[in-house]
Amino acid sequence: MTATTTETAEQVYVPAAETIGAVLDPRERPARPSALSASLTFGWRAVLKIKHVPEQLFDVTAFPIMMTLMFTYLFGGALAGSTGEYLQFLLPGIMVQSVVMTTMYSGLAVNIDIAKGVFDRFKSLPIWRPAALVGNLLGDVLRYVLASLVITVVGLILGFRPAGGVAGVAAGIGLLVVFSFAFSWIWTMCGLYLRSEKSVMGVSMLVLFPLTFLSNIFVDPSTMPGWLQAFVEVNPITRLVAAVRSLMNGTPDMGELTWVFVATAALLAVFGPLTMRAYNRK
Amino acid sequence: MTETAIETNGLVKVFGDNRAVDGLDLTVPAGAVFGVLGPNGAGKTTAVRMLATLLRPDGGAARVFGHDVVAEADAVRSLVGLTGQYASLDEDMTGRENLILIGRLLGFRTPAARVRADELLEAFGLTAAAERQVKNYSGGMRRRLDISATLLNTPRLLFLDEPTTGLDPRSRNQVWDIVRAVVSYGTTVLLTTQYLDEADQLAARIGVIDHGKLIAEGTPGELKSSVGAGTVHVRLRDPAQRADAEKLLSAALGATATPDPDPRRVVIRVPGHGTEHGAAEDAARALSELAVAGIVVDDFSLGQPSLDEVFLALTDHPATQPATEKEAAA
Repeated sequence: MTATTTETAEQVYVPAAETIGAVLDPRERPARPSALSASLTFGWRAVLKIKHVPEQLFDVTAFPIMMTLMFTYLFGGALAGSTGEYLQFLLPGIMVQSVVMTTMYSGLAVNIDIAKGVFDRFKSLPIWRPAALVGNLLGDVLRYVLASLVITVVGLILGFRPAGGVAGVAAGIGLLVVFSFAFSWIWTMCGLYLRSEKSVMGVSMLVLFPLTFLSNIFVDPSTMPGWLQAFVEVNPITRLVAAVRSLMNGTPDMGELTWVFVATAALLAVFGPLTMRAYNRK
Repeated sequence: MTETAIETNGLVKVFGDNRAVDGLDLTVPAGAVFGVLGPNGAGKTTAVRMLATLLRPDGGAARVFGHDVVAEADAVRSLVGLTGQYASLDEDMTGRENLILIGRLLGFRTPAARVRADELLEAFGLTAAAERQVKNYSGGMRRRLDISATLLNTPRLLFLDEPTTGLDPRSRNQVWDIVRAVVSYGTTVLLTTQYLDEADQLAARIGVIDHGKLIAEGTPGELKSSVGAGTVHVRLRDPAQRADAEKLLSAALGATATPDPDPRRVVIRVPGHGTEHGAAEDAARALSELAVAGIVVDDFSLGQPSLDEVFLALTDHPATQPATEKEAAA
């Protein structure tokens, strides 16, 4: 525990019945907030928490920079002849990997909130039930945007020159963030079901590592053995990377884009209700 | 006729093979403090969480101001407030931000939520600490902020789950004063506690819970007279007079002395005799007989029956601690 503030330095508080009575005076109760307003209020809470604990932005700033630098220089020469060439191929993929990896923190945050009891308060309020979870995820969306921008800037410095221009890159980031918002519901659900933040971390790593590495992020799948190609082909991350690449290259691939939108809708339709069921039963 | 704040019929909650709440029938009148007394693991927290719509009952029914806690959960939520055993505050945020957050979630617009937050901080003596993160608050300040957050919506029914557990005596007295103030302005309070003393101080009626069932209910006076009104501790100057003193006190109070390792001490229960005269009167009469017999008493005290004594009297077993309540609360 950190330093505890005692009241000795202050005036000792003596509860006064009149002042307490005054704040209990039944005045007109405000109308119940709309679902959007309640969610945005929780989003505001997420932003405030970033303000009070700025260290938590480490994983969306330092980690993506490290990933980009590491893989560009590690594989660039061997795989594409030069790091500059490789970067054109790698950057959209490494951006997807970094952001998708970050989604697991949504689950961690929910798990920690529940362990601390603050959700009891939220659940006892007459508000739209999913608002607390949606609000947390809105805060996370902010983090995904931040991570994407950090990687874009690093890429531009290193020589990434996307053919799609500003519009293409923005569209790519937009698609990635929308997909990640939907994908985060999986970890939010895990955060509700699993006992400790460690187990949330363990499970999400177990899923995220193969999902992001066994994809088209680092190498062209045609160089892989047949059985692995089969997995890479059905891996949703492969489809997402292909879609983001196509947008950033200025050659939108409608097939891949449609696939990503359908996957996003499916994730929300399946994991949204499952998560709410877990939330209501807690 | 007084309004009924809470009414439960055969309320049940099962965790695995532990029947945490096992057929609870409770009626709580509005406008006063109702104390729920019981040891750890008796099912107090589980019952409160069901009444506050945080847990779904496995059986039976509960109504809060006429609204079913399952079918009309939102209506119940707008009428009640819960302050649990563990502060449900955001530790990273400041006290003021915590209150503004709850205010906005209750539908106040941001400026109105700020005004409301400042009023509450002022009333609960937290203005000086308003801009500090809650993780730097003392236990008493945390509890006050927690209660003020619960009062933000002026609930008609306030649940306080062991509000003074773990607090120092001064903070405990502050919480007691707050409870008295809140109830004097018309809010109904359901308070759970492990201390008979606390229930006696605050509650108009007390329900005793053991193994998820209500085993006794009544005013503090009724409850104590069924248990015995208290215990007299007498300290003699001369240990040789102990046997005589025991004999006299037993005769005067109509009870046998409890063996005590201290040779100069006599401990004896004061049985309750209904309401016609109090325990102190009985004790005083008994003590004067010691004086008449020339037995010198250096010190005496009249203590309330402990929770253990209450349980012994009501259930023939002491207040056991199966330590399941904490898990049940998770």
